[in-house]
Amino acid sequence: MAILEVENIKKSFGKTEVLKDISFSLNKGEVLTIIGSLGSGKTTLLRCLNFLEFAESGTISVRDKLVYNGENHKKLKDAELRENRLHFGLVFQQFNLFPQYTVKKNVTLAPSLLKRNTPEEIEEKANALIKRVGLEEKCDSYPATLSGGQQQRVAIARALALEPDILCFDEPTSALDPELTGEVLKVIRSLKGHDSTMIVVTHEMQFAKEVSDRVIFMADGKIEEEGTPDEVFGNPKSERLKAFLSNSL
Amino acid sequence: MQEFLTVIDALNEGFFQTFKLFAVTLLGALPLGLIISFGSMSKFKPLSYFTKTVVWVIRGTPLMLQLFIIYYVPGQLSGGASPWSAFEDDRFIASCVAFIINYACYFSEIYRGGIQGVPVGQREAGEVLGMTKTQIFFKVTLLQMVKRVVPPMSNEIITLVKDTSLARIISYQEIIWAGYSFIKGSRGISGIVWPLFFTGLYYLAFNGILTLLFGYIEKKLKHFN
Ligand SMILES: Nc1ncnc2c1ncn2[C@@H]1O[C@H](COP(=O)(O)OP(=O)(O)OP(=O)(O)O)[C@@H](O)[C@H]1O
Ligand SMILES: [Mg+2]
Repeated sequence: MAILEVENIKKSFGKTEVLKDISFSLNKGEVLTIIGSLGSGKTTLLRCLNFLEFAESGTISVRDKLVYNGENHKKLKDAELRENRLHFGLVFQQFNLFPQYTVKKNVTLAPSLLKRNTPEEIEEKANALIKRVGLEEKCDSYPATLSGGQQQRVAIARALALEPDILCFDEPTSALDPELTGEVLKVIRSLKGHDSTMIVVTHEMQFAKEVSDRVIFMADGKIEEEGTPDEVFGNPKSERLKAFLSNSL
Repeated sequence: MQEFLTVIDALNEGFFQTFKLFAVTLLGALPLGLIISFGSMSKFKPLSYFTKTVVWVIRGTPLMLQLFIIYYVPGQLSGGASPWSAFEDDRFIASCVAFIINYACYFSEIYRGGIQGVPVGQREAGEVLGMTKTQIFFKVTLLQMVKRVVPPMSNEIITLVKDTSLARIISYQEIIWAGYSFIKGSRGISGIVWPLFFTGLYYLAFNGILTLLFGYIEKKLKHFN
């Protein structure tokens, strides 16, 4: 059963069409990786899913419920918008942790503002998540004292705390020194199987190959090719994908 | 000894006037500056251009000139019937008006830097986590703004302490006025210069206290960048 249905998403900035009719679907528990060259619209797609940008047309449905419709999104009330966006989580390239709060507070802030759970439950959940990303001993540290890899792991815990249906990652390791990418990829890998559904934009081809259930290759705002990792990496069909893969190895 | 006590008494009174102008200016200019900064960041272009022009004019001309204009021009325009009487209270109010406008314009630029200095990623992180605009402002961006604003703000505030002496130009009887009066003659004493120089100690002491206070606040905000 598809947990996510994206249909005919279009997005322009001024006269530039950045997303030209994007459609795909995703099953529960699957990991989808999105690859593609610079400026192909990968970030914009994730931002549309998280309502940081508003697609001009197209629809997004989660669990068969329409959460976004480009034609009438302006009519959506703030509260509905917030409710709907909570189906998604986003881990940013630049982490964007809240610098004035400790690791623990970064993770608990949004859930405690949302008040869906008791403070005790939120605290307990946060502790478990922080442990899961391997940062128990950093609970009371401030982000500035952490390495990039550690910060990104906190950002993952923070996103998970709201239990999104679909967690999106926008190049989660590209702001990191090479020796720190491993620890972050390891955490993402470990989420697979916890029935987290994930969309990962990445330039780490090896990682994409090994972790994905499906791969989308984007070029010029379109889905140029789509398939299992074996198909996309082992037997690319389009010339652009072939060129892209030979460049990125 | 008697002379010393008389002088100190006069200087204390003068310093009280200095402090009054300082405190009222701060109370008025801190909020007004925030409002002006919203004006200059407005997406409504006519408002932002208008605000930026006003800020440019106020920051581009001497405060002393602005004091003259506020104190004398209304009278000129209304054909001699100045809204300000010659009494000290009115000189105080006229000074406050000029100082508040002037300092609000400087503060507005500091606020603007503080607000725009918070990376957009912070707001976006809050949005993605389902926070409301109000929650994002109070829980995410406000403290980061404060942190950016405190150092330049403390410089301006220390400058304000010294700038209050400009109000003397419309005969507001602040501390330098009080010190100077002993050269010409006041309270039966004349021809002595030291009270004027002695006022410097008041400024130093007061700014010393402010510096310690700001240092304390900055230290409190040191745990993050
Ligand atoms: N806010 C914006 N305003 C105008 N143009 C934008 C904006 N955001 C993105 N673009 C343009 O949209 C195109 C796609 O950008 P996007 O960031 O989605 O690409 P990307 O695939 O994530 O690229 P990268 O691999 O560099 O991260 C680019 O040409 C970019 O210049
Ligand atoms: Mg990108």
